[in-house]
Amino acid sequence: MYDLIVIGVSAGGMQALSTLLPALPNDYTIPVAIVQHIGTNNNDYLPSYYSRICQLPVSWAIPAMPIAEGHIYFAPPGYHLLVANDSTFNLTVDDWVNYSRPSIDVLFDSAADVFQEKLVGVILTGASSDGSKGLRNIKNHNGMTLVQDPDKAEVETMPRAAIEIVGVDKTYSLKEIKLFLNGFVI
Amino acid sequence: MENEKINELEVDLFLDAIFRRWGYDFRNYARASLNRRVAQRLTITGLKRISEMIPLVLHDTDFFESFLTDMSVTVTEMFRDPWVFKKIRETVIPKLRTYSRINIWHAGCANGAEVFSMAILLQEEGLLDRCQIYATDYNNKSLSSAKKGIFPISSMKAYTNNYIEAGGKYSLADYYRTGYDSACMMKALRDRITFANHNLMNDGVFAEMNLVMCRNVMIYFDRNLQNRSLKLISDSLVPRGFLVLGTQESLSYSDCNHEYESFEPKERIYRRLAHV
Repeated sequence: MYDLIVIGVSAGGMQALSTLLPALPNDYTIPVAIVQHIGTNNNDYLPSYYSRICQLPVSWAIPAMPIAEGHIYFAPPGYHLLVANDSTFNLTVDDWVNYSRPSIDVLFDSAADVFQEKLVGVILTGASSDGSKGLRNIKNHNGMTLVQDPDKAEVETMPRAAIEIVGVDKTYSLKEIKLFLNGFVI
Repeated sequence: MENEKINELEVDLFLDAIFRRWGYDFRNYARASLNRRVAQRLTITGLKRISEMIPLVLHDTDFFESFLTDMSVTVTEMFRDPWVFKKIRETVIPKLRTYSRINIWHAGCANGAEVFSMAILLQEEGLLDRCQIYATDYNNKSLSSAKKGIFPISSMKAYTNNYIEAGGKYSLADYYRTGYDSACMMKALRDRITFANHNLMNDGVFAEMNLVMCRNVMIYFDRNLQNRSLKLISDSLVPRGFLVLGTQESLSYSDCNHEYESFEPKERIYRRLAHV
């Protein structure tokens, strides 16, 4: 039903993603692309940490390589991540967006253009407003948009900004988002 | 035809117009990042449709040059990924030291932040006098700005941190003079660097290199253009010469992978084999 899931998460993200990602079963077919704001560093902490706790393979997104089914990709620190219409990833070192590189908006905007109603966009906990405009773009292209309930998020700023800008009428708990990603109606 | 398809068609026509009018071929660029830059230029012009920029790009040289700058400027810093420069210092420099003349090529030098980082590193290792450094870009605006070696003073704090992390031996401030709001790199460094216009898309080999720095250039290309430009780089490298790519770039999926050994895998430092 959906061809890609994009997730944007910032402060408080480790805990939220550690709830969502390990719940995806090893026969899951939808690829997942994630922007998690972290500092630039020289380690492979994110993919190696999530690889240990997830059933699905996890890696940085590789430029010009096809997006594989059932694979979890992270935007590498210091690069914007975009999705191209030949279903490959692009990386750029273009200017910061919302004080961020990678920026959630950049990923969401490009994915919305390519996947339209076949796209799920998720905004989780965070202390920035990055991702709101991108999520609105996903909604405008008839994609599915999910925002974590700010009252239950570790940091409420990012989900609250998304609610305001996108105009979502319903928010979800992590548990509900987990159920949705696993194919349940919520 | 749905809107997204029409948009794609407009981008195709726009790129065709640029190619036929100016000879710059962006048709093999990675499409998502290209689309984003085209969209940003469209926003700046205040026009509604991409196709409305076609007359501009055909008849207005300034407009074309602005677009060229959009396409070639990357936002980088001195000693970006300091651990890579540290590794070059520790493992590549000792190998380069064995040559009496050393040719180094920074392909896609943009504002020159990286090539000046390299010149400083070579100076500290006592190799600069033996080196000929080439810094190339296809954008003359970038080249003339890089040639000046001037960076905003506000960036120097972050650059200094990188310099220290990269194993810098002295102080970054030893290598520049400050003006009102800018830092100008020392003439001794600038004199060792030859800035020249060169386009990886269609220009050829111009010298034999011992080290090629080509970081975060391939990420903007599709697979075909990656292979084409990597071949040009390979043809430029002496046997046992070094190639440094960006930390998210790799030769693994390229046509020339068999010509190299992975010298420092994590830092994406490759070494051309003696016989290929």
